[in-house]
Amino acid sequence: MLLLPIVKMTKTVMKSLLGGSACKMYPLRPPTFFGGTRGPVEIDPSKCVLCGLCAKKCPAGAIAVDREGKTWEIDRLKCIVCSLCADICPKKCLVLRNDYTPPVTGETKDVFRIEPVSKEGHQDQGKSKG
Amino acid sequence: MGKRTVIPFGPQHPVLPEPIHLDLAIEDERVVEAIPSLGFVHRGLELLVEKMDFQEMVFVAERICGICSFMHGLGCSLGIEEIMGIEVPERARYLRTIWSELSRIHSHLLWLGLAADAAGFESLFTHSWRVREKILDIAEETTGGRVIFGACKVGGTRRDIDGETLVRVLGRMKDIEADYRSIAAVFRDDYSMRHRFSGVGVMSREEARELGAVGPTARGSGIARDTRELGYAAYGGLDFEPVIEDAGDCYARCMVRVREVHQSFDLIRQAAAKIPGGPVEVKVKGFPEGEYFSRLEQPRGEVIYYIRGNGTKFLDRFRVRTPTFANIGPMVKMLAGCELADVPVIVLSIDPCISCAER
Amino acid sequence: MIEKQETISITIGELLEKVCRLAGEGYRLVQIGCTRLDSFQVDYTFDKDYRFLNLRVLVPADKAVIPSITGVYWCAFTYENEIHDLFGIEVKNLNIDYAGNFYRIAVEAPFNVSRPGDEEKE
Repeated sequence: MLLLPIVKMTKTVMKSLLGGSACKMYPLRPPTFFGGTRGPVEIDPSKCVLCGLCAKKCPAGAIAVDREGKTWEIDRLKCIVCSLCADICPKKCLVLRNDYTPPVTGETKDVFRIEPVSKEGHQDQGKSKG
Repeated sequence: MGKRTVIPFGPQHPVLPEPIHLDLAIEDERVVEAIPSLGFVHRGLELLVEKMDFQEMVFVAERICGICSFMHGLGCSLGIEEIMGIEVPERARYLRTIWSELSRIHSHLLWLGLAADAAGFESLFTHSWRVREKILDIAEETTGGRVIFGACKVGGTRRDIDGETLVRVLGRMKDIEADYRSIAAVFRDDYSMRHRFSGVGVMSREEARELGAVGPTARGSGIARDTRELGYAAYGGLDFEPVIEDAGDCYARCMVRVREVHQSFDLIRQAAAKIPGGPVEVKVKGFPEGEYFSRLEQPRGEVIYYIRGNGTKFLDRFRVRTPTFANIGPMVKMLAGCELADVPVIVLSIDPCISCAER
Repeated sequence: MIEKQETISITIGELLEKVCRLAGEGYRLVQIGCTRLDSFQVDYTFDKDYRFLNLRVLVPADKAVIPSITGVYWCAFTYENEIHDLFGIEVKNLNIDYAGNFYRIAVEAPFNVSRPGDEEKE
């Protein structure tokens, strides 16, 4: 009669001692993400044509496209990683990374310089983070 | 005749996931009257209809609450689709059902953890949340976000789950269900859980009906009402019965939620077996004009949305009445006459999601 | 169409009588909602066995007073206090009256914003 709880308890104790932690042990072990995880937005500046559709579609108003200054800028803390910009981009130059947005202590805006394809057929590339 | 004292409960309390304030008038440890006070997280989200067009309102709706987030987005989309007469493809309806049930499982597991914590059983709390992590991993794999899915839109869903991922997810769900069964057994049979919850906060069936209780709060008192029987999304084609218990106390409400998790696992399996192929969205043209009340069954009960459009891209009105708001009346009635030490358990047993209640 | 939804327009005077009759028939109060159009449109929604019934009352915007139904449905005080706080409609004979303190908001009647088309209609 007394044996059953002792047997069950021993099983639980053995499982806890030898089974390893149920936690993900972050940051000792690197975090696992999935293929579909939505993370910070990355832009390929060589493909962008400064159409501004992403800025119009963004529900949080995090993207700003400057046609004269030729920059594309995103405010990391306003972005809600909904991926509407990546879905609507006609040139498919926006992609969401597969990890989480890292915390920032200072500047929250990332600015990218866009050089559009020039008429002679060769393109200049330039990117600066400000 | 004892002296009356007024004790403030909340807004900060270990048992409350979100802030609500109650003024408890007590006489010698027995609560005579409870007066609720809301407004700590009122964000006025309904006024955003002036700034966000009708498709972006789905994103705002999703962010009303973190726990019941997918179904808010679903309710907003359903309402706008009924106004515009949009027919959502079959596959999208089954996907929405699968995600809704995943949302229900993770919400109930969160509540079960909090209930164990209210009873002082902290290892059961962490075990429940450990199982919940596996569900959130499934959500992240299929939608990209753990809590805010971002998967619903007007006209269908934004993503698809391909056949291979679905099979893999179902395989993992079998292990999760076996794990969950051992936790459910503790909620059902353990002496300390029974003792803490039984006989506390009793609400009879007549009272529950008069006060307009919804969700597990009503089903724990014997009222057989589940808004999923209306047949929105793919529920019309699935086979289920509302889960009812008769005792009307906190233990009954706890058991309703425990059994609903089992029911949700079963519903996901049924939906995954019946899901057809095809597109997951239709193109949305034009603007909504008209009005509709859309009703859904959230984990906490019946939620109702009133959406009114006037033919422009901004809606006229987007009103949400969440189940916690409807359950505040029953909660106040339950608190009258209980012991002071039972107040946290009673407040928790209606599953208060105050950020939903106040939007 | 998921379900048939019936909306009946009534006047403020008929409200209490109709609500009493519905309570007698066993209807459950689902919600009381308010929309600011030219006047206030207050919707009283009831449900019985998934049958949906909505009573619609139009209240003039300048002298907005409605009687409370808390005598019939005790739990309606949450909805009516919310309408009072957000829209500024006065509700008479509430059983638990928070007198404007239900929601802790800084601005009085924040949802009582006139719509852009109102001036032309008047």
